[in-house]
Amino acid sequence: MPKIIIDNKEYEVADGDNLLQACLSRGIDLPYFCWHPAMGSVGACRQCAVVQYQDENDERGRIVMGCMTPVSEGLRISVDANNAVNFRASVIEWLMLNHPHDCPVCEEGGECHLQDMTVMTGHTSRRYTGKKRTFENQYLGPFINHEMNRCITCYRCVRYYKDYAGGTDLQALGSRNRMYFGRTEPGVLESEFSGNLVEVCPTGVFTNKPFSESYTRKWDLQSAPSVCMGCAVGCNTSPGERYGNLKRIQNRYNEDINSYFLCDRGRFGSGYVNSEKRIRNAGLRCEDGSFEIIDKTDALNRFAAIVKDNKLIGIGSPRASVESNYALRALVGEANYCAGFSDAEAPLVDLAIDLSQGHGKRAPTLKRVEAADAVLLLGEDVSNTAPRLALSLRQTSRNVSKEMAGPASIPLWQDAGVRGHAQSALTPVYSASVLPTRLEDICTDSICTTPERIAYLGNCITQLIEGKSVELDEADMAFVNGAAQALKSASNPLVVSGTSLLNEAVLHAAAQITEALKALAQEPDLLLCFAEVNSVGAGLITGALSMHSALKKLTDGSVDTAIVLENDLYRRAESEKVAAALSAASQVVGLDVVENATLEQATLVLPAASFAETEGCCINYEGRAQQFYQVYEPQGDIMAAWAWVAGISKESTETDVREKLISDCAIELPCLSRLTHLNRMAGQSGRTAAKIPRQTHRFSGRTAMNANVSVHEPRTSEDVNSPFSFSMEGDSAAQPGDLAPYVWAPGWNSNQSVTQYQEHAGGALRGAADAVFVSHAASTTTLEKTGPIFGKASGKVREGGAGLCLVPVYCVFGSDELSAHTSEMQARAGRARISLNPQDAKALHVKTGDGLYCSTGEITPGQSYEVLVSASMQQGFVGLVQGAAYLPAGAWVSFVRDENWARQPEVIARG
Amino acid sequence: MWSHIKTTWLVFLHLFKRNETVQYPEEMPYMAPRYRGRIILTRDPDGEERCVSCNLCAVACPVDCIALQKTSSEDGRWYPEFFRINFSRCILCGMCEEACPTYAIQLTPDFELAEYERPNMVYEKEHLLIDGVGKYPDYSFWRVAGKTIAGKGKGDARNELPPTEVHSLLP
Amino acid sequence: MNIEFEYIMILPVLLGAMLASALLVWWERRLLGWWQDRLGPNRLGPFGVLQVVADIVKLFTKHDWVPPFSDRVIFTLAPTAVVAGMLMGFAVVPYGPGLYIIDLNIGLLFFLAMTSLAVYGVLLSGLASNNKYSLLGGLRSAAQMVSYEVFMGLSLMGVVMLTGSFNMSQIVEAQRDIWNCIPQFVGLVIFLMAGLAEMHRLPFDLPEAEHELTAGFHTEYSGMKFGLIMLGEYLSLILTCAMTVTLFFGGWLGPDFLPPLVWFSLKTALLINFFILLRAAIPRPRYDQLMSMGWKILLPLTLLNLMVTGALALWMET
Repeated sequence: MPKIIIDNKEYEVADGDNLLQACLSRGIDLPYFCWHPAMGSVGACRQCAVVQYQDENDERGRIVMGCMTPVSEGLRISVDANNAVNFRASVIEWLMLNHPHDCPVCEEGGECHLQDMTVMTGHTSRRYTGKKRTFENQYLGPFINHEMNRCITCYRCVRYYKDYAGGTDLQALGSRNRMYFGRTEPGVLESEFSGNLVEVCPTGVFTNKPFSESYTRKWDLQSAPSVCMGCAVGCNTSPGERYGNLKRIQNRYNEDINSYFLCDRGRFGSGYVNSEKRIRNAGLRCEDGSFEIIDKTDALNRFAAIVKDNKLIGIGSPRASVESNYALRALVGEANYCAGFSDAEAPLVDLAIDLSQGHGKRAPTLKRVEAADAVLLLGEDVSNTAPRLALSLRQTSRNVSKEMAGPASIPLWQDAGVRGHAQSALTPVYSASVLPTRLEDICTDSICTTPERIAYLGNCITQLIEGKSVELDEADMAFVNGAAQALKSASNPLVVSGTSLLNEAVLHAAAQITEALKALAQEPDLLLCFAEVNSVGAGLITGALSMHSALKKLTDGSVDTAIVLENDLYRRAESEKVAAALSAASQVVGLDVVENATLEQATLVLPAASFAETEGCCINYEGRAQQFYQVYEPQGDIMAAWAWVAGISKESTETDVREKLISDCAIELPCLSRLTHLNRMAGQSGRTAAKIPRQTHRFSGRTAMNANVSVHEPRTSEDVNSPFSFSMEGDSAAQPGDLAPYVWAPGWNSNQSVTQYQEHAGGALRGAADAVFVSHAASTTTLEKTGPIFGKASGKVREGGAGLCLVPVYCVFGSDELSAHTSEMQARAGRARISLNPQDAKALHVKTGDGLYCSTGEITPGQSYEVLVSASMQQGFVGLVQGAAYLPAGAWVSFVRDENWARQPEVIARG
Repeated sequence: MWSHIKTTWLVFLHLFKRNETVQYPEEMPYMAPRYRGRIILTRDPDGEERCVSCNLCAVACPVDCIALQKTSSEDGRWYPEFFRINFSRCILCGMCEEACPTYAIQLTPDFELAEYERPNMVYEKEHLLIDGVGKYPDYSFWRVAGKTIAGKGKGDARNELPPTEVHSLLP
Repeated sequence: MNIEFEYIMILPVLLGAMLASALLVWWERRLLGWWQDRLGPNRLGPFGVLQVVADIVKLFTKHDWVPPFSDRVIFTLAPTAVVAGMLMGFAVVPYGPGLYIIDLNIGLLFFLAMTSLAVYGVLLSGLASNNKYSLLGGLRSAAQMVSYEVFMGLSLMGVVMLTGSFNMSQIVEAQRDIWNCIPQFVGLVIFLMAGLAEMHRLPFDLPEAEHELTAGFHTEYSGMKFGLIMLGEYLSLILTCAMTVTLFFGGWLGPDFLPPLVWFSLKTALLINFFILLRAAIPRPRYDQLMSMGWKILLPLTLLNLMVTGALALWMET
């Protein structure tokens, strides 16, 4: 810890920091633009100038850039020296020369880093009277607005989009005063991480388009710490609400998981909460099949009557919280409970939990992923199933360049230096997948083949690691050998796989590789991806029934009532079976957030709260239990699913339902016993008893927002069971960083203020509680190792079927059930796609863009899919995008060309 | 002591001064044009709504009696979907007018804001919006702002150069 | 003077005092209005004089609330003590030659005794309210009035020395040659100030002090109980002015073209207006300033005045 002297005061700073980072870490406000904690320094904006002195006798000093100067013992600098202050003032004046008079109509206004820095630098009035440079904007797709006039050429956008996220279609174009940041031609930004441009851009060049539609200033948003519901990574988010609508999702810093970035599914995929299809009142099916709205009490009474009088089964859901699933299981009993996975997925989830929890080592955090030095992706298309992980893997691929920087004494924050020195050197990443992934550009070698073959190749890698030999053709051999060598020579190798291919052998193969690496005295990590936000939680809350046995019970009349919790059964089993079961049941109680096919057959529909309207916890792929808090109070009769289910049992009182559910759950399910540690209340562990306000201290319109309904201001509702209050009053200063509903610090209105919440700029949040992980007993899975290349993965194409064999493929936009209800997501997802080998396409007389529909087989006939011909798809196999229909992986299906299909017009630019 | 006597004498002399107050309501007092009374929303010289729903009035309001929601029109202008002032809370301090970057919100000399029912004190946009320009006849925010609206492309605003030709690599 | 005449006099004095103090409510507000360049109450009746009636109606119809935490009995009785004490004081005032309720030998002492009684009303209402502000108001009134009473009495001793009598009529008669305000100018000034403090009117209204104590001792009073306290204050204003006129400005004496009662009334009215003017012009001192002025300046000054007057009186006699 070197000591440096800033303005004649001694500070202890972290070794290896640059001056800017050191100043920010010690609470000294130093303006900056181009530096970003995750992206390092390039010294482009010249805003963080400080004066560096030779020694105590040096009175003149020289101006250096804070972000480009490493700290060293005894360094003397001044932030407040006149020449530094004047330098920074003139820099900001230059930057502001062409800045348009836009703040009132700019979505960044009020949380604009440029505004903050302008104020911090003291530039208050414009002296420049000349004409301002202007630019034409581009259409950048449904997520991002472009307003180039506001640009200050800090280069953060391209550094993020190209260097950090690996995008290729956003460039710095033009020269000198004409620098233009955009695409070569207008069009949708391709990267699934484009949304982060909104937060990365220090001003309003890139803004959130859906948020802009019904824009609200940051200070008017009511927020609470939340967790993204998009996938099992469990990124931390901060949703903002105003006038009863969820307005936007912002990133919430979590060092271990998402740090500064979210994927576009997470950022833009919550529109369903406000959608037309949202269920806001309880509905009772009438004779004629329509639904009649009934009030909350009536609904609860009817629900209670149904539960009392009938033989029940309950079907939980991997997208519902632990509380909701447990409440349902407690209501119907384990014997009558089904966790809600499809029959193909359920055993895989169990296996994956067991493999990633039971082998003595938890799955790695994304932070740890970024530290790996060799990666094998086995079957999982992480860009589509766990997008944030893909972004982390991109950083992993740069580790070798960081290793090279050390001997060359280039500090790691010296971004351009590190990149330039390493040239194109990349950490070994090997990928075996069904279709090419969007990580091809960082892959040392990749291979596209069938799921069975992936497992087989994985086992071959194990053989090679163990020093045995395998026989393969040349291409496969090169891949397998390369991967085995890379993993063997790495000290922190990482194997990534997951349940998405619905193939057990792939998971086994991944586990085998990890075991083999362990035998080499390394620290291998095994990361298994799961499909949905609470797949792990739902997998741990076990039920005796499988999906099919549950449906069978209904069909054959051994039970007459089903309670379906936040689950569309048509995505989990064959449609005929679901339809038969639901029509056979005398009562179907459906709880959900938005309308779906299952609810249409329900007799009683109960409106369940979305993640923003209630609290609960979800368990991510690591087994990390994370709580999302209620952001706002829902409209209508919406209640949390757990509140509906637990509301009919008599023991629970109004306030402690959730607490009781968690404590019961912890007792009944030992693996979830640590969930009780999640419950954090204001006033614990040295904090003040005051609640944390969900609203900002400058929340406006309090006495007018409801005045059209009643001129008497309602009493703010109390939230006794959480550390938060539905108000602008409370203690937001002493809050622990991981409970911050939004980030703000004096002088720092933008999201850059997150630095003020960190112990060290770019590091852990101040006062954050320890993460809560589920505990798991030692593994019960025996990893089979029989035969020349172990039993399960034969490597042969599955035989004995007519037509094409279904393989699930995924799309970041559209595969997730709830986010697909968001209009921007639908626009981005386009039509449901089916991937074919050119040979198969030829046989079916279709080419890319044509339509195909299923004629026979195990998926819903009649629906048409857009054809995507890909040479990477193995002949005889067909990749169908998950989310379009129930997908029995490995089923044989016949397709026919859809003659009525209208090809999508070639769209280059819209808007 | 002397000052007390002097004060007393001076106060006594006020007996012979003209009264400042008038017999309201028979007689109306003089209201300066910049008197801070009832709030209005004005239009720009083109007859369009001046308010761009930037929310600065709402945030400046010490009693939080202004609530509005942004939306935008076909031609790209931002305008309030609703704009509500709860005059039963308003203290006529004029901070909203100070904060307004477009001169949309203005205070008028009308101070007669009494109602028998409190809900009648809640003014919506249709009650607030007038057809004129108010105190600032010439100002139009959209002619100054860099954002494009129908009929005003990039480079058409005040003090703007025509849009940059990005393809040029000339020095 | 027979006993019946005394009884007859009680009624007009009582009515006159009440009516005058009621009118004073209106008159003071009008006058203050003019001094502050505004109109004052002018809507009800000619010149707004019926404002008085409206105020009385209002006071009578207002909710007469007794706080549950107060000492009920004393709370109710205290305002009557204020009014009763003041009304008794009017008994010894000579309104004209032979025009009085009672012509006591010790009239002046009786007056001092009665005004002292009124202090109890203020003190007790403050205590009985059982409220922090009222308690502070009560405490202030106790200290302030007890202090100022000392030299209020002493300041009048000069007049007594010159006259050689406590009898009010004799004091008036003794001023035929020269009004006491000239030889006893110091006594007059001190008596005015002490009177101001005694009737706790602005600027010496520290027991009430709206801005600090939210009406002080009568915070909890409403309705006619409050009305009584107000009445008591206006009565004390009239009484003090009447006494000043009697003791220092020759009472009913005046040129013959007007009857003595009119002279007396005119002088009293003028003095009342002067007190209202003081209210309009002079700010309230701090409490400690009031007390230190009383004990450190006014008391020594009074004693000096007394000594000089005594010495002069002795010198004149010899």
